[in-house]
Amino acid sequence: MNSEKPQTLRRYLVAPGEVIEGLNENEGIYVFDYGGVRRAAVLGLVEASQEEVNYIPLKGFYFPKEGDIVIGLVTSHGAANWFLDINSPYTGVLSVQDFFGVKQGGRVPDDPFSYLKIGDYVKAKIVAFDRTRDPVLTVQDKGLGRVVEGTVVTVKPVKVPRIIGKKGSMLETLRSSTGCDFFVAVNGRVHITCPNELLQEIAIMAIRMIEEQSHLAGLTRRIKEFIEEERKVRGV
Amino acid sequence: MSRVKQRPERFIDETGRRLDGRLPDEMRPVDIKVGVLSNADGSALVSYGKTKVIAAVYGPREPPQRFAILPDRASLFVRYHMAPFSTEERKSPAPTRREIELSKVVREALEPVVLSELFPRTAIEVYVEVLQSDGGTRTASVTAASAALADAGIPMKGLVAGVAVGKVDGVIVLDINEVEDNFGDADMPVAAAPDLGLITLFQLNGVMTIDEMQRGIDMALKAISYIVEKEKEALKGSIEVEAE
Amino acid sequence: MSYTPYRLPVVSRVKSESLISMLKRGLRSDQRDLVSPRNITIEVGVIGKANGSALVKLGKTQVLVGIKIEPGKPFPDTPDEGVLQVNSELVPMASPVFEPGPPDENAIELARVIDRSLRDPKAIDLKSLVIRPGEKAWVVWVDVYVLDYDGNYFDASMLGVMAALMNTKLPEYEETESGELIVHRDKLTTPLKLNKRVVLVTTAKIGDYIVVDPNLDEELIADARLTLAFDEEGNVVGAQKSSIGGYTRSELSRAIEVSRKASQIYFKLLDQALQLGKQAG
Repeated sequence: MNSEKPQTLRRYLVAPGEVIEGLNENEGIYVFDYGGVRRAAVLGLVEASQEEVNYIPLKGFYFPKEGDIVIGLVTSHGAANWFLDINSPYTGVLSVQDFFGVKQGGRVPDDPFSYLKIGDYVKAKIVAFDRTRDPVLTVQDKGLGRVVEGTVVTVKPVKVPRIIGKKGSMLETLRSSTGCDFFVAVNGRVHITCPNELLQEIAIMAIRMIEEQSHLAGLTRRIKEFIEEERKVRGV
Repeated sequence: MSRVKQRPERFIDETGRRLDGRLPDEMRPVDIKVGVLSNADGSALVSYGKTKVIAAVYGPREPPQRFAILPDRASLFVRYHMAPFSTEERKSPAPTRREIELSKVVREALEPVVLSELFPRTAIEVYVEVLQSDGGTRTASVTAASAALADAGIPMKGLVAGVAVGKVDGVIVLDINEVEDNFGDADMPVAAAPDLGLITLFQLNGVMTIDEMQRGIDMALKAISYIVEKEKEALKGSIEVEAE
Repeated sequence: MSYTPYRLPVVSRVKSESLISMLKRGLRSDQRDLVSPRNITIEVGVIGKANGSALVKLGKTQVLVGIKIEPGKPFPDTPDEGVLQVNSELVPMASPVFEPGPPDENAIELARVIDRSLRDPKAIDLKSLVIRPGEKAWVVWVDVYVLDYDGNYFDASMLGVMAALMNTKLPEYEETESGELIVHRDKLTTPLKLNKRVVLVTTAKIGDYIVVDPNLDEELIADARLTLAFDEEGNVVGAQKSSIGGYTRSELSRAIEVSRKASQIYFKLLDQALQLGKQAG
């Protein structure tokens, strides 16, 4: 008997209120205790082997956490802030002061809102979020700022772990098969930069495929095959 | 509502069957579908026999009605409404006192199961429209709202479902239709979360002894377990998975 | 649209902890036991211009009920019956949390629960109110005004409605040759015919405890409330669970039992209060 492979992996769906047998770790906001047992709060997939029980929520939200890097969509602005749709129940706030690095010695120009417009995507970090106010964002860190090239695709935040894959395996497959650069933000936004538009189209299709088939087995291999096939078909 | 039909002479015939052929503890056919609307975060279409309701959920999101925001939990905004074509005689679309009361009753049926403390300062909006009314609309609405909330991924302690129990010709009957509701002796809507053992909606119009009420509650709870199973089937069936 | 209540007063943690520890000892903040309602006083005939009226005090909660009997038309499906219309107002003076405006969901709920609890057991003999079947009948307008809110306006309102109905008189009238009705509103002679008396009994669930006639603090810390309507034979003629919690099956049974026993107390107190009211007035 090969003790390396996960034996008798049982996979079954759980609905809200149903018991997840054998679940030990704290899986965050989608699991709760009632009547002395752990239960699912949203529809999810349980994978139970002899060693461990995992619960993967199939529905849910992005709940902001300090330190998270997110990609936000500028939807409006006030006198001193931009307001960002961060694919969450909460709206992100990015101040003009922060964007121009005033604390670090920068200066706010006369027309700050022409530098980051409604409809732009921006990569930012969550510096503050508690139950009393909307998440506060900063772009004063490496790699952050307005998204200038490539495209951004929005997926359900619960699919992010599948797009990254175990130990980054899916992400690696995407990169090597398409030659594109992928940045997967925890709030379900994926920034894709590709050498050309055809590859970008293939990359977007691959992301959508992962989103739809996230819980079917053998996905990484099938994504690799799909991308190779599409590249052949389109001659790229 | 409908005042055109005549009171039947009998509700239960010699074989013990009701006007539509059902036995006293029989439900009408229950159908539940989720994800029926593309814009709403969650949605469900539920029918109990000819009663048909659709529910849509938006949220949690920051609500335009900022006055109603709570600092430590999400607010539930619930609207129960009957479409003008849902009843025998056309009903005016303006909200009636009944719809105002039932919006409150349906909201209070959902509050105990929604994990609202997870999303302070947001609103979870539930819109239920009765598309066709043949008795038991508020309880079918609770069922639809519960399925829509779960479809939207709103964290819940458990699913809820509802059913109305009635009394006709002295017999306690399950899942009353409109005729049994309008001309019977009692209408007792009940909703509960079977996984939690919690009753979240309970009303009575009519006259019952305490013993009849207790029996009716037990009959309702049994049916509610069955309806929640159908909710779970609908939710799980909407996901393609290779289960082993 | 119904919103989760957002303007409720906050009960301090110190107070709610002390209330719960008192419940453990079988007591409440006003020295009552868990199954007794507060003191009830009822004055009838307080509004001279109404056909019937009553002012009820249930502890500090005060409700004024006015009954007007006006000529009208029967409903099409009950041509041989008079009409009952119940309205209620939670007037802003009654509580810092009541807002001015048309009746909100709470006022509407109160009116509809009272209406059902009178209509379903046929407490008022509506058949005796028909003047000409299908054409003319008396309309009984019941207006419930909650003037001061210290919890449980349901039970207080129904006591007021009952007392007012028991003292309501129909006006004398004549029919002219053309079929018009001339109502002599100053000649109130015929008592309104009642078939039954009904009381509402509200209990609140606080943790594992069921308390009868919750005051405001108890309502605010309660998980859920159940209002049951009873007639004097112990039949249940109405029920309404409210508030954002729920009941287990056994908690619901317990609440029903406790309420039934309390309904007997309410009927007795109703009689006593009316007796006292008669002596005073």
